[in-house]
Amino acid sequence: MYQILSKRALNEHVTMMEVEAPLIAKKALPGQFIIFRVDELGERVPLTVAATDPERGAVTIIFQAVGHATKKLQQLEVGDQILDFVGPLGRPSDLDDARRAVVIGGGVGNAIAYPSARYLHERGAVVDVIAGFRSRDLVILEEEFRAASTRLFITTDDGSYGEAGFVTDKLRALLDAGNQYDLAIAIGPVPMMKFVSKLTLEYGLRTLVSLNPIMVDGTGMCGGCRVLVGGQTRFACVDGPEFDGHQVDFDDLMLRNRSYREQELEDHSCRLEQAAQKVEAQHAP
Amino acid sequence: MRRNPSLSKVPMPVQDPIQRAANFDEVALGYTAAMAVEEASRCLDCRHAPCVAGCPVGVKIPDFIRQVAAEDFAAAFDTITQSNSLPAICGRVCPQESQCEARCVRGIKGEPVAIGRLERFVADHHRETVGARPEPVPANGHSVAVIGAGPTGLSCAADLAKLGYAVTIYEAFHTGGGVLVYGIPEFRLPESIVRDEIANLEALGVKLEINMVIGRILTVDELFDDFGYEAVYIGTGAGLPSFMGIEGENLIGVYSANEYLTRSNLMHAYDERYDTPIRRSRRVAVIGGGNVAMDAARTALRLGAGEVTIVYRRSFKEMPARIEEVHHAREEGVRFENLAAPVRILGDDQGQVRGLVCVRMELGEPDASGRRRPVEIAGSDFELDVDTVIIAIGTSPNPLIRNTTAGLETNPRGCIVTAPDGSTSRPGVFAGGDAVTGSATVILAMGAGKTAAASIDAYIRNKAGEA
Ligand SMILES: Cc1cc2nc3c(=O)[nH]c(=O)nc-3n(C[C@H](O)[C@H](O)[C@H](O)COP(=O)(O)OP(=O)(O)OC[C@H]3O[C@@H](n4cnc5c(N)ncnc54)[C@H](O)[C@@H]3O)c2cc1C
Ligand SMILES: Cc1cc2nc3c(=O)[nH]c(=O)nc-3n(C[C@H](O)[C@H](O)[C@H](O)COP(=O)(O)OP(=O)(O)OC[C@H]3O[C@@H](n4cnc5c(N)ncnc54)[C@H](O)[C@@H]3O)c2cc1C
Ligand code: SF4
Ligand code: SF4
Ligand code: FES
Repeated sequence: MYQILSKRALNEHVTMMEVEAPLIAKKALPGQFIIFRVDELGERVPLTVAATDPERGAVTIIFQAVGHATKKLQQLEVGDQILDFVGPLGRPSDLDDARRAVVIGGGVGNAIAYPSARYLHERGAVVDVIAGFRSRDLVILEEEFRAASTRLFITTDDGSYGEAGFVTDKLRALLDAGNQYDLAIAIGPVPMMKFVSKLTLEYGLRTLVSLNPIMVDGTGMCGGCRVLVGGQTRFACVDGPEFDGHQVDFDDLMLRNRSYREQELEDHSCRLEQAAQKVEAQHAP
Repeated sequence: MRRNPSLSKVPMPVQDPIQRAANFDEVALGYTAAMAVEEASRCLDCRHAPCVAGCPVGVKIPDFIRQVAAEDFAAAFDTITQSNSLPAICGRVCPQESQCEARCVRGIKGEPVAIGRLERFVADHHRETVGARPEPVPANGHSVAVIGAGPTGLSCAADLAKLGYAVTIYEAFHTGGGVLVYGIPEFRLPESIVRDEIANLEALGVKLEINMVIGRILTVDELFDDFGYEAVYIGTGAGLPSFMGIEGENLIGVYSANEYLTRSNLMHAYDERYDTPIRRSRRVAVIGGGNVAMDAARTALRLGAGEVTIVYRRSFKEMPARIEEVHHAREEGVRFENLAAPVRILGDDQGQVRGLVCVRMELGEPDASGRRRPVEIAGSDFELDVDTVIIAIGTSPNPLIRNTTAGLETNPRGCIVTAPDGSTSRPGVFAGGDAVTGSATVILAMGAGKTAAASIDAYIRNKAGEA
């Protein structure tokens, strides 16, 4: 059993929790994730390790309550126990030679991008962060990002906070203004990662994306997380979750992530997906 | 002693095929004591006991059967467990027809003695009537780590614990059992039996650390350096599923058998109380002809599919699955499309599977495995109307440990290379089961665990100067 040490709502839908898991806290690196199962009846669901505190044995997760498992998790309070919490899984990000990076986050994807930004910033790299949200009330991690970046640009789709527009608009503006980067990290809804990758390909900018297929075991045993990268079938849980954005078949990923859609609570509105579809619609040629 | 001259085995009571195809309860119900005694009396107690040579762990078959015939079930249990620590499991899932029973003298004319069924009876009888847990053995002061709680890891841990070692098993999943719980379905091997075996191990003092993916949370080197284990046994299985690389493999409704079975067995998708989603299929194609394919097909039926078809490249004769499983699958109404191979999977405009195109095959010359090689018949394509495709064409060892353990020799198929005693290229590191052989059988995995336990004991005592 894994105890919840702290809990904080970042916005209406996104929660940050610290979970006691000393070995994982000691081991996890940026880019890695855990799989949790709240109780015996629950699903196994992956979440990125947002931060660790090895001293206290704490692992921070930041998640959006979109479905069964994440809603169950959100209902737990400090002192409650999570049945299973396994990790660190996946390969750590390959960030070490980056000197000038631009980190692009979309929605809750910002939580997944944050540890990489912080890691690079701590190692002395120039880090520009573009954090995109649909509107002002959904903004998360502003303080954290400010402390972990050289420059922070917040965009909102409706212009209610920061600059109006999509992260891709801001990225293009930065690139056109002559900003030089040796690495882009894009994490968010699949369509967002797709369009960022399209854009950076034009500029020949190496781009890492973090893929979020449906997973079961997270150890390379079920093949459920398979993604097409460079025409090859790869397992995101062991070969990823980060891949070269210029090689990823995003349409295939979007398709596969719809596998259980009809079965999952018909009434709940998955904001992440809605936002994604909106971006897709906006960018459609 | 009275001898039973019957040419056939005492029949195994089973659930009715129509009824059972709609539930997950065990299909074979097990012998009663009277049936067991009756069947045991068919054994001729052969002096040379050819059956024993057919058993990978050398169970003293005539001895235990004689004890069953004499209704001394406790003695029979002791006899079996001298060589086989998981008899309730092996009695259910061993491919007896190609092992012990294949050599049985009674099988020359008529059916062999039902060794597997008797083994199962003895184990079940013990569990149900005696049920005593084993006592821990005094500690010998040495500790060993076992990676993976499948049959090979469990049997290695059991033997070491009986020698007084402090044993910790590190298991990636949230429960022990390996394929016995995530692969082989409830209707063939009830989870409660595996749980019981694990409880026995824990009673012996073995520690099971779940949710520990070795290679990520800890490396083999850390197990030695930071935890002070004197030896490590790798029993991580061969769980990485192969795909065919054909068009349409990523459509919605295409599963690896591992994913399908894991969702159903380990994650209980068949039980409404659980949150695990699984596709509600109408018509299912399962590709492959092994136990895994049979299990996936029979699971799909039980999850409500109206029609399930196995697509296999060769014929019934070459099918690697246990005969009993093929037989049960046919009884339950699984269709077989033998001598056929998949060509591509068809999808609709929503990306959902809507069909499987196959081509007919014929058998040509024997290949390296001695089985006749299937050859495509040009132009014989045909289409199956299915909404789900389950791929059960094989698995290979996961690279996690091999990639994080320097100096651990593996072969081109990714299997760990070992000497016959289970030792690897790294001193103190031993391995066995599917991780070494590729997908094989429960009893071979168990046997490898036993062999390695003896080698580990010799290695540690030698090092400590106790040998
Ligand atoms: C490596 C990895 C890291 C992740 N890290 C985080 C994280 O840090 N924070 C976070 O909030 N989420 C993260 N996710 C996504 C999270 O695992 C999924 O949202 C998960 O499905 C939620 O489970 P649930 O049972 O609550 O929702 P479900 O009931 O599974 O799904 C709810 C809705 O989301 C859709 N959906 C299901 N799976 C996905 C998916 N993988 N991506 C997009 N939509 C999906 C469904 O179709 C449904 O509409 C990560 C995913 C991966 C693979
Ligand atoms: C569906 C199916 C049906 C089968 N039917 C039969 C049958 O009827 N008869 C028969 O004899 N055989 C059958 N087999 C084969 C048999 O189950 C295997 O040969 C046997 O289980 C191998 O045992 P093992 O202990 O080597 O590996 P496994 O049973 O695969 O166990 C390996 C364990 O190691 C764990 N693990 C893996 N990697 C790590 C890691 N890095 N860190 C920690 N833990 C890890 C896994 O989670 C797993 O629990 C079947 C197999 C399948 C898949
Ligand atoms: S362990 Fe398997 S092969 Fe050996 S006697 Fe028992 S059923 Fe036969
Ligand atoms: S070969 Fe058959 S009849 Fe002979 S001892 Fe073995 S089980 Fe009995
Ligand atoms: S989650 Fe099962 S193989 Fe990746």
